[in-house]
Amino acid sequence: MTDLPTRSIDLKNVLSGSAPTADHSEGMSYLQSVPRRIVTLYLPLAIIVIVLLFPFYWMALTSVKPDDQLLDLDRYNPFWTWNPTFKHFHKLLFESYYPHWLWNTMYVAVCATVLSIIASVLAAYAIVRLRYKGANLVGGLIFLAYLVPPSILFIPLATVVFQYGLFDSPLALILTYPTILIPFSTWLLMGYFKTIPFELEECALIDGASRWQILIKIVLPLAIPGLISAFIFCFTLCWNEFIYALTFLQSTSNKTVPVAIVNEFVDGDIYRWGSLMAGALAGSLPLVILYAFFVEHYVSAMTGAVKE
Amino acid sequence: MSEDSAWTQLKHNRNWLGFWFMVPAMAFLIFFLAYPLGLGIWLSFTDTRIGRVGHFIATENYEWLWDDSIFWLSVFNTLLYTFVASALKFAIGLYLALLLNENMPFKAMLRAMVLIPFIVPTVLSALAFWWIFDSQFSIISWSLKHLGLINQNINFLGDTTWARICVIFANIWRGVPFVAITLLAGLQTVSPSLYEAATLDGATRWQNFRYITYPLLTPIIAVVMTFSVLFTFTDFQLIWAMTRGGPVNATHLMATLSYQRAIIAGQLGEGAAISSAMIPFLLAAIMVSWFGLQRRKWQQGESND
Repeated sequence: MTDLPTRSIDLKNVLSGSAPTADHSEGMSYLQSVPRRIVTLYLPLAIIVIVLLFPFYWMALTSVKPDDQLLDLDRYNPFWTWNPTFKHFHKLLFESYYPHWLWNTMYVAVCATVLSIIASVLAAYAIVRLRYKGANLVGGLIFLAYLVPPSILFIPLATVVFQYGLFDSPLALILTYPTILIPFSTWLLMGYFKTIPFELEECALIDGASRWQILIKIVLPLAIPGLISAFIFCFTLCWNEFIYALTFLQSTSNKTVPVAIVNEFVDGDIYRWGSLMAGALAGSLPLVILYAFFVEHYVSAMTGAVKE
Repeated sequence: MSEDSAWTQLKHNRNWLGFWFMVPAMAFLIFFLAYPLGLGIWLSFTDTRIGRVGHFIATENYEWLWDDSIFWLSVFNTLLYTFVASALKFAIGLYLALLLNENMPFKAMLRAMVLIPFIVPTVLSALAFWWIFDSQFSIISWSLKHLGLINQNINFLGDTTWARICVIFANIWRGVPFVAITLLAGLQTVSPSLYEAATLDGATRWQNFRYITYPLLTPIIAVVMTFSVLFTFTDFQLIWAMTRGGPVNATHLMATLSYQRAIIAGQLGEGAAISSAMIPFLLAAIMVSWFGLQRRKWQQGESND
């Protein structure tokens, strides 16, 4: 049991840097004077952070600016507004399909994620613990599947989706997204399952538990951090997915947020910038909030897939 | 006694049990990944259009593309986009990782904030860039004008050179957090005692980086950069949301061109040929990843502390 959490602690340090071994810099920083640190560390860091976050500030500001200020750069300073308005959000929520699109995105993301996690848990457990004939080969193939990008699959998949009668239905996305999610989450969960001591399972086997019972009652409860990581990451990937949603969905009411915003608000009409930015902001917020609560899990998922 | 039977039972069942456990994952991957992959290659040898079953026409699509200047332009754009964006993502990402690895106040919050561009759906941030790079109301043009550096608005997405710079910039902006946080995770596995020992021996900061950090980080760099190159090479959404391949095809990547030819123009066969043409490049990237991983395993065995 003792070596179980090493992996997750190691990854939490990526964010907090709290463990003693993570902070090798502290011991050396006395070598630098304060002005030197400002120039070599704080200044470049500040520039990078500002560049990384500016588009979000700009998005948020645009979404609350009144239309006349938006387009009149001579009389108003574009970097700030004293008359914020929620008109754009109001239009978005009550005069467009936006709530519909949010619901579609959520529905597809949750269904595809749950399906993928179930399939991945079974696959990862079988590869790591059952070690059946050819398990290593299958593990390698699953890793390769992760490297097959949607950009080369969407054309044949469109014909497949059409043949199966799934065109313009959320089911098309729910069934195709797992091909992106399963390779990743299987790989991630394999790492977690490896850290669970084999002895626990041996004891349960001797006591007469079936493999299924071991998986449900012993392995899964111990792998909860891994499951959360996989869930968050899969959910984010689904929310972000664009090319399949663009290709397989047609009717306005069926679209997901990213596709709908690009297609429905963009028709060369420049007065829609407010709605566009409000829509982009509202579409990003659920993920940012989710991320704020589960940063550590998110990061461990991201780095975990690479570190394995 | 009971121990024996449990183990023999396990041995007998293992392969079948493994098979059943693999069924759901394999079903998804076979029906929606392996089969379409094969079908895509087959489609590239046919003249299929939307709404019409195609006939086998051997390599005609490829011959047609060979003489198509727009296709070659898209190949050039894809290589330029991938090469420039990946190189800068690596350089800035590594630099940011080193900065974030320093000890400072609000460290945890900073690290969490840095990752936000990676969380937010690409299309939505691409729209923000679209607005930032607007030809008339760009905040960059406005600022530069007020600083007295330019007299006229820059036509960011309407000029071929500027459009390329803009989409590459947006791609770097989105990719740097991933590279930085992953390399940061790698940096933290480097034992501090190595730096202490080297500093006592009189090593400079640059020597510390060159002879300790960099070699120990190489395996993770190989993996991260393979992912980065792979996803940059096959990028679609950023381009589609910002320029749709324009102006005059200057930002068409192979992925966007195949979408345009296959879905918008209805030429499924031709589009499939364009996306199949990406496969050799992807295989090359995967080979690099494979060797990167091999090397990493070997190194993990060496320095397992």
